[in-house]
Amino acid sequence: MRTDDLIKALDADASSKAMPLQSAWWLAAGAAAVIAAVVFLLTIGPRPDFMAAAHTMRFLSKFVFTIVLAVSAFALIRALSTPGASTGRAMVWMAAAPALVAVAVVLELFMVPEALWGTRMVGSNMMTCMGFIPLIGLGPLAIFLWMLRYGAPTRPVLAGAAAGLLAGGLAATFYAAHCFDDSPLFVATWYTIAIAALALLGALGGRFFVRW
Amino acid sequence: MSGKDEAELSRLMRAAIAGDEKAYADFLHRIAALVRGFARRKIVQGGVDPEDVVQETLLAIHVKRHTWRQDAPVLPWVYAIARFKLIDAFRRRGRRIEIDVDDIAETFAEPETETVSERDINRALDGLSPAQRSVVSAVSVEGRSIGETAAKFGISETAVRVSLHRGLAAIAKRFGQGRFGRE
Repeated sequence: MRTDDLIKALDADASSKAMPLQSAWWLAAGAAAVIAAVVFLLTIGPRPDFMAAAHTMRFLSKFVFTIVLAVSAFALIRALSTPGASTGRAMVWMAAAPALVAVAVVLELFMVPEALWGTRMVGSNMMTCMGFIPLIGLGPLAIFLWMLRYGAPTRPVLAGAAAGLLAGGLAATFYAAHCFDDSPLFVATWYTIAIAALALLGALGGRFFVRW
Repeated sequence: MSGKDEAELSRLMRAAIAGDEKAYADFLHRIAALVRGFARRKIVQGGVDPEDVVQETLLAIHVKRHTWRQDAPVLPWVYAIARFKLIDAFRRRGRRIEIDVDDIAETFAEPETETVSERDINRALDGLSPAQRSVVSAVSVEGRSIGETAAKFGISETAVRVSLHRGLAAIAKRFGQGRFGRE
């Protein structure tokens, strides 16, 4: 087939429509949040003293970390799924959540006596944390990987990892409402491991599933 | 020059997305020329046919045109896709040469005349369902309109459009997965 012939075929198909990728991303984010919320409420649900806890800094700080991660990963994945879009600024913003966690960890080390560091870090929920963040994030990750196929990521592995971080940020936001371990030492350790697992899974998905 | 190209091509693409077929054909022809130049400059050693890269890029541009933001310049988008498809073609060719010894023997044995029949897109076309293949061939190679194609096969214009759209999407998908109708 000559290239001119191919162009005839493409032109004849010009009227076929698809939702603009950027709009589709918002739809996907909404669907992912709903799925994560349903899984969360059907399994572990929020902790009973949620309203009282909402007045403590440590409890609230968890949401700052996870929401900042989700928002920055959302910006990054939208750029990575669009060919030619610049990703530099979005990549820099990805450092925001880890930087906030790092600051909180330093503050915590100053405020808490050394003898308690270990207890704070190990907490009482680490297995729940490492189990349920990936579990809640699995549905959103599937949606985001499917969205990457709908888009056109020229760096599929990186885009897949970003999908995992976005799913992780979203899932961790819900999980944080359940967990009694509010210390930044706990968050920096176990949330990181759980979210990294999703990022790894996302990168693998990007490598083998996101082809276009 | 490049700035003028950019403005003109963005305008054509916006018109095309709004439903102007004439603008779309114009856009695709100009993009084909740009990508052909790009591919020829980048492919200094043999193994990859620049025209295959042009065709794969055009198909990808077509099936992924919803990823272009209408407020962003169109050329960086086009070249990002072209670069991705070029790298893909190199990687695939490298792998095929390593694995598929019969292919090399065949290439050496045949005189270097008509390369059209060896185009990747033809092999991808062979992998389509018979209905999709005949519709895509009628509209492309035979140059028939949607209406003429519908009359030829005795089906509705909507059915022609659906087969054409699915056929093109399937070819683009095969390219993306490095499959060409044979494993």
